[in-house]
Amino acid sequence: MTITRTDIEYVAHLARLEIDPAELDGYVSKLGRIMDFIDTLEQADTDSLQPMAHPQEMAQRLRPDQVTETDRRDEYQRNAPETADGLYIVPRVVE
Amino acid sequence: MSDSRLTVMEMARRLQAGEVSSRELTADCLSRIQAQNPALNAFIAVSEAEALAAADAADARRRAGDAGPLTGIPMAHKDIFCTAGVATTCASRMLEGFVPPYDATVVARLAAAGVVCVGKTNMDEFAMGSSNETSYFGPVLNPWDHARSPGGSSGGSAAAVAAGLVPLATGTDTGGSVRQPAALCGITGFKPSYGRVSRYGMIAFASSLDQAGLMALTAADIAAFLQVIAGADERDSTCADTPVPDYAAALETAVTGKTIGVPGEYFDAGLDPDYAAAVNAALDIYRELGATIKPVSLPNLALAVPAYYVVCPAEASSNLARFDGVRFGHRAAADDIESLYKRSRSEGFGEEVQRRIMTGTYVLSAGYYDAYYLKAQRVRQLISDDLQRCFEDVDIIAGPTTPTPAFELGAKTSDPVQMYLNDTYTVSANLAGLPAISLPCGLVGGLPAGLQLIGPHMADATVLNFAHVYQQATEWHLQAPGGAA
Amino acid sequence: MEWETVIGLEVHAQLATRSKIFSGASTAYGAAPNTQADLVSLGYPGVLPVLNAEVVVMAARFGLAVNATVAERSVFARKNYFYPDLPKGYQISQYELPIVHSGYIDIELDNGELKRIGITRAHLEEDAGKSLHENLAGKTGIDLNRAGTPLLEIVSEPDLRSAAEAVNYLRRIHQLVRYLDICDGNMQEGSFRCDANVSVRPRGQQEFGTRAELKNLNSFRFIEKAINFEVQRQIDILEEGGAVVQETRLYDSDRDETRPMRSKEEANDYRYFPDPDLLPVVIDAAFLQAVRADMPELPRARAERLQRDYALKADDAAVLTASRPFADYFEAVVAAGADARLAANWVCGELSAALNREGLEIDAVPVGPQALAGLLARIADNTISGKIAKDVLALMWESGATADAIIETQGLRQITDSGELEALVAQVLADSPAQVEQFRAGKEKVLGYLVGQVMKATQGKANPGQVNELLRARLQAD
Repeated sequence: MTITRTDIEYVAHLARLEIDPAELDGYVSKLGRIMDFIDTLEQADTDSLQPMAHPQEMAQRLRPDQVTETDRRDEYQRNAPETADGLYIVPRVVE
Repeated sequence: MSDSRLTVMEMARRLQAGEVSSRELTADCLSRIQAQNPALNAFIAVSEAEALAAADAADARRRAGDAGPLTGIPMAHKDIFCTAGVATTCASRMLEGFVPPYDATVVARLAAAGVVCVGKTNMDEFAMGSSNETSYFGPVLNPWDHARSPGGSSGGSAAAVAAGLVPLATGTDTGGSVRQPAALCGITGFKPSYGRVSRYGMIAFASSLDQAGLMALTAADIAAFLQVIAGADERDSTCADTPVPDYAAALETAVTGKTIGVPGEYFDAGLDPDYAAAVNAALDIYRELGATIKPVSLPNLALAVPAYYVVCPAEASSNLARFDGVRFGHRAAADDIESLYKRSRSEGFGEEVQRRIMTGTYVLSAGYYDAYYLKAQRVRQLISDDLQRCFEDVDIIAGPTTPTPAFELGAKTSDPVQMYLNDTYTVSANLAGLPAISLPCGLVGGLPAGLQLIGPHMADATVLNFAHVYQQATEWHLQAPGGAA
Repeated sequence: MEWETVIGLEVHAQLATRSKIFSGASTAYGAAPNTQADLVSLGYPGVLPVLNAEVVVMAARFGLAVNATVAERSVFARKNYFYPDLPKGYQISQYELPIVHSGYIDIELDNGELKRIGITRAHLEEDAGKSLHENLAGKTGIDLNRAGTPLLEIVSEPDLRSAAEAVNYLRRIHQLVRYLDICDGNMQEGSFRCDANVSVRPRGQQEFGTRAELKNLNSFRFIEKAINFEVQRQIDILEEGGAVVQETRLYDSDRDETRPMRSKEEANDYRYFPDPDLLPVVIDAAFLQAVRADMPELPRARAERLQRDYALKADDAAVLTASRPFADYFEAVVAAGADARLAANWVCGELSAALNREGLEIDAVPVGPQALAGLLARIADNTISGKIAKDVLALMWESGATADAIIETQGLRQITDSGELEALVAQVLADSPAQVEQFRAGKEKVLGYLVGQVMKATQGKANPGQVNELLRARLQAD
């Protein structure tokens, strides 16, 4: 599996990371090296195995439908970069 | 020097006997941190005032006859655990100045037991790393040799305990992040079974692999702390609700007649021969204690690290998507939302974190999901099945924790795969959700080597038991780094 | 060329729980921004989701109601994308293993035939927050109160062939979720939302055409208009030799048109994978049995029962069962002793008209079933005429008084004393010699005029049938 600059740009966009064009080749080489390593998985014979999503073999626990949380907006918004009138503010988003 | 590395048990005894107050123990820790931390960089933040207040409260509790076994013991939390009102950074620029409005369950349970937190320890950024070099706040130095890495990602906790700054610190272990630094710093580091300890408030790296761990001088110290933090949590769906056994009571059980499995693959190429000798010497101790050593096989060991480096970045890429500069965390100046996301994240996350996000996004992206993510999950099942099969014949699996003792800082930063291979012996326990411990078992070229024990799921007491009887018979865990005063 | 429309609907029904799907924050509508956004709703670092038991019950109830399979094991997955109203950068949803799948619902076509519409799946997921653009100096504000509200996304097969059919189906689903008490169905508040996948193909062609996904359809009327607009748009493109582009389009009700949605322009690559913070949801037989035991009677079954037990017309039974409280009201009126067909007439007629006029739901009707039964009893025993009863109902509505009290105080009791009526009849006949003449000449129709005169003289309080008989007897006797 060869990773290309286009792959890197596509994945960076999906992940919302800004990659300096000067670093693009470095990324291609390091990620390519990682993917080559990961490609060794191909040698495993796993046809008879189910994918293991989780190590915990338990059913999902259920919570009673009760309101337990109170309004702590001001406290929670102390970590916010920008708020106004109780809203989190971002640059204009066009739908 | 002996006083500089008191165990939790010894501190508890002295507190109990009224020989010392929590305030004295805490002040002692704080002064040691003040003296040594500038060199070690093991702490990101020290909360002196809060610690002393908590120590006074613990002393008051004791006077009121309301003290538990750990009331008044000073310790430190890895800076990945949310602490209400105390900055929690994950060693990332992204969370510089972030103050959680709540306590992680582990933090809350320990606080309720009267444990005194003196500060937050340094780590690899978002726990992504095996050398502590990815911290935004700079690497931690290994107390045994300041030119070397303490390991990672819980390197700050490991160095702090090894240097005697605190008797115990929490860590988190996603692929070896408690055990590997414990081995490299010559202390005891335990990763409980997945689901034994709540993950609530532990900033997620890879949710199906992450587990809170404990780092101390002895397995007995760890057992005492595990007793407090283990057990069901209504805020964590993946936390088991099975009863918590009495870990201290199980410590002394004799290993006579028990069987230890040793995978031959552990000793193949890659393991330092002197390190192998230290591990074999430890196995001899177990023989002397009446246990049987039995060769077992983990034929797919070589696939564990590549499988891990699919599952773990995949989950991480999604877990770290919440850091978008909107509700908390670093925000870059931007005129539109897309630039805000991209700049905030690229400025806020370091190189290794971005690389893992990229890898994880790639393996989940359209067209690659089956080939990478699903394939890795099948291999995960394979690894888990292999271990399961071993436990049909043996009580515990033993081997080295790492391929080599502590490496020099900078030695592996240029090749991510070389760095990842450090996790060869540790990731399987995470993939399968098993309890595992690393304990000091010798010195290789003057540097600590670690013996790893892996137990069946939820057999945490067994693992601590095996570790404890070894430590009763040996003194490697008492070896302090020369640099520690 | 003749074109065939193909429509599949995705309904997002907000489940009527008190707390959110994964946390104990309130789901109440209309709170001040972010006051119901707890740490889980905000996606704070370190917090974890724990599933609300009630959403599982509600989804299972829906599954049973649409003859679907309720999965023994369903799995939550993460749908990854960045959007400011999506706090974690992923939405917790269900992907490969939804909680409900392979069901159907029958809709009644205009010609009375039933058509079976497949329900591919219904899965649980969390709602996103809201972006607000007003009064923010060109910026966008994010309110995450809605984030984490439980949604049941109900996906139909592409079995619908017209906008009218789509609306018909949607009304059935709307009716059903309200019957099941799992969604309040409020479209203005966004509790019940719909996206439509619309395509056209030449009639007879097997393959589907390229579809557009229409969003922002927040009323039954808009859904019909949006689909009709979109169908015509696609036909126009195809007939001009163009090709329909697969895209998401927003319906603009002010302009009655659909337009491409800018934020959804890029190809989506959601990178679904099982959410490692949640374990598989397991529904065992006992759980399902408990849900089944607790199921309300469903609309169609109830309509059939009403028809059968009360000898009602099909139309009346359908109207009465439009909503559960409405049907409950009707049955309470009957239980209070009213004649069923009379009750059906009044509930479907006068009462519904009054509710519509006042813009009220049946829950808020000022005349309770007991009171209405009291009124109907007075019609049945000839105390008042149906016409007077309408006035009495209006007074009951206003005053809250019982029918009997109003009849007494207003003196509306029907005159049944034949002596008194006979005197009035004699008086009217004496005052109307010309009409009497005409009747006797064989012009029977004039009897109606004479009845009217008597009724007028009694201010409507006479029984028209009795008056009729008396007049006839008198005219023929002389």
